[in-house]
Amino acid sequence: MTAVLRLFGEAPWSARLGIVLITLYVVVAVFAPLLAPYGERAIVGYEYEPWSEAHLLGTDNLGRDMLSRLIYGARNTVGIAFATTVLAFLLGGAMGLVAATLGGWTDQALSRLVDVLMAIPQLIFALLILTIVGTSVVSLILVIAVLDSTRVYRLSRAVAMNIVVMDFVEAAKLRGEGLWWIIRYEILPNAMPPLVAEFGLRFCYVFLFISALSFLGLGIQPPTADWGSMVRENATLISFGDITPLLPAACIAVLTIAVNFVVDWFLMKTSGLKE
Amino acid sequence: MHPLLRMIGERLGLGLLTLFVVSLIIFLGVELLPSDIAQEILGQAATPETVAALRTRLGLDEPPHVRYLDWLLGMAQGDFGRSLASGREISELIGTRLYNTLFLAGLAAVISVPLALGLGILAALWRNSLFDRGVNTAALAAVSLPEFFIAYILILWLAVTAGVFPSISNINPDTAFWDRVYRTMLPALTLTLVVVAHMMRMTRAAILNLMASPYIEMARLKGIKNSRIVTRHALPNALSPIITVVVLNLAFLIVGVVVVEVVFVYPGLGQLLVDSVAKRDLPVVQACSLIFATTYILLNLLADVLATSSNPRLRHPR
Repeated sequence: MTAVLRLFGEAPWSARLGIVLITLYVVVAVFAPLLAPYGERAIVGYEYEPWSEAHLLGTDNLGRDMLSRLIYGARNTVGIAFATTVLAFLLGGAMGLVAATLGGWTDQALSRLVDVLMAIPQLIFALLILTIVGTSVVSLILVIAVLDSTRVYRLSRAVAMNIVVMDFVEAAKLRGEGLWWIIRYEILPNAMPPLVAEFGLRFCYVFLFISALSFLGLGIQPPTADWGSMVRENATLISFGDITPLLPAACIAVLTIAVNFVVDWFLMKTSGLKE
Repeated sequence: MHPLLRMIGERLGLGLLTLFVVSLIIFLGVELLPSDIAQEILGQAATPETVAALRTRLGLDEPPHVRYLDWLLGMAQGDFGRSLASGREISELIGTRLYNTLFLAGLAAVISVPLALGLGILAALWRNSLFDRGVNTAALAAVSLPEFFIAYILILWLAVTAGVFPSISNINPDTAFWDRVYRTMLPALTLTLVVVAHMMRMTRAAILNLMASPYIEMARLKGIKNSRIVTRHALPNALSPIITVVVLNLAFLIVGVVVVEVVFVYPGLGQLLVDSVAKRDLPVVQACSLIFATTYILLNLLADVLATSSNPRLRHPR
């Protein structure tokens, strides 16, 4: 615990701010039902009520409490983006490491497949596939995870390529260790820092991507509270100069900036660079 | 043969191959659809006879490879088929919208490219100054914001509060040029904010990268002014990465219009794509995806060719 605190003390103010904000988001997401004054889908007032004692941030287009939906949105939007990123990393990371370790035609086949998938703009590809399979949370997570795993594949393969040629990997191969052992105990520990940093950046990207899809009405479907769709549902208010619809978008922006701050610091720390 | 020409030829061949595979993916993706398209159009209540009749009319009875070739040849000749939802010719739907989208992306490019290059050069010139740090922080923030957030903030600020620009881009083919520019300004500004950060940071990095080279040192020792060193000595050698990032961002602009068009109800291709996805109008989605993908691949190809050909060693082989 003291080690964690010391590390926190060493971090620059931007990284500290980032860590505090991310912790806050996680706490809100985990304890959403305890923190929210009303239910996620409960209609508790008239449409578009202004900010008041009973409804701190007013109500939305169907008369649901805005603050409660924002709090539940943390759980849904961040949760789904996180699950998608984890899946993309398991898929892309595993394929990249295997391709780099095995080389030969496995590497060729996987790399050419990834080249083709990356040649199509991601948003367009996602829209095409979502038209075909329909929009549900499961298909959303799967489609974006597969599309994003191509980017993870590129990075993990490139990183692993530099490690595979090292002598200690050669020694392990000569000892007769299997593929899994070499990847797990020789390559992965050495490839960790860039992959962790990439995880942060990928999360931001996936998070913005899912929010954009939800905003277009093609991502997380109502009545689930989600920050992207909340902006769209209440966008009418903006033309009256009301900033309430921008709050969910601000929640998205603050989290991405916080993650970026932490990743910046992490990269600087692991690469041994100083200001 | 000139090595540069050969390189361009190779890249073009590779690009065509990619396009072919992409068109195959777009076509086969729809083939994998669990339900029948004819059934989908007519709904559950349709009798088997009407479904069969529609299948024949749409040419669904043909084997897949024949239909793929038909579809591809049709696309190449500008015949995209008919929309399932409205029954109209897709080429009719797409025509003006494609022009509108290109107009929006073009306007955004005209604003953002000079702005990004200027800011990047100034940031490199006044490195570590207050200006440099300010621009860098602003760039980092702009990258982290969702596009629709930037769009609505601009609406709130420039359309609702200040009333300078209209919040909805209501344009039609008869709109005069300058009026069109005026009505397209807010979406173009949004796109500008989205892409400027990346281009500016790359420009700054590419120039700073060169500032440690011996010939810059030499120029310094000769007593040349800093601004002249940056613009005359460093910039020409930094052009290759800068051109690449500019063209890649243009590719991004064309695709990035989708969200922005929806916010501003701009009658472009992106809006059509999103509407068609919601209606599951597959032929329109296929046509739009193919157009977007083609533009994206071609611009990527262009970036590749320009970056390599700005290398003097390749341009003047011994």
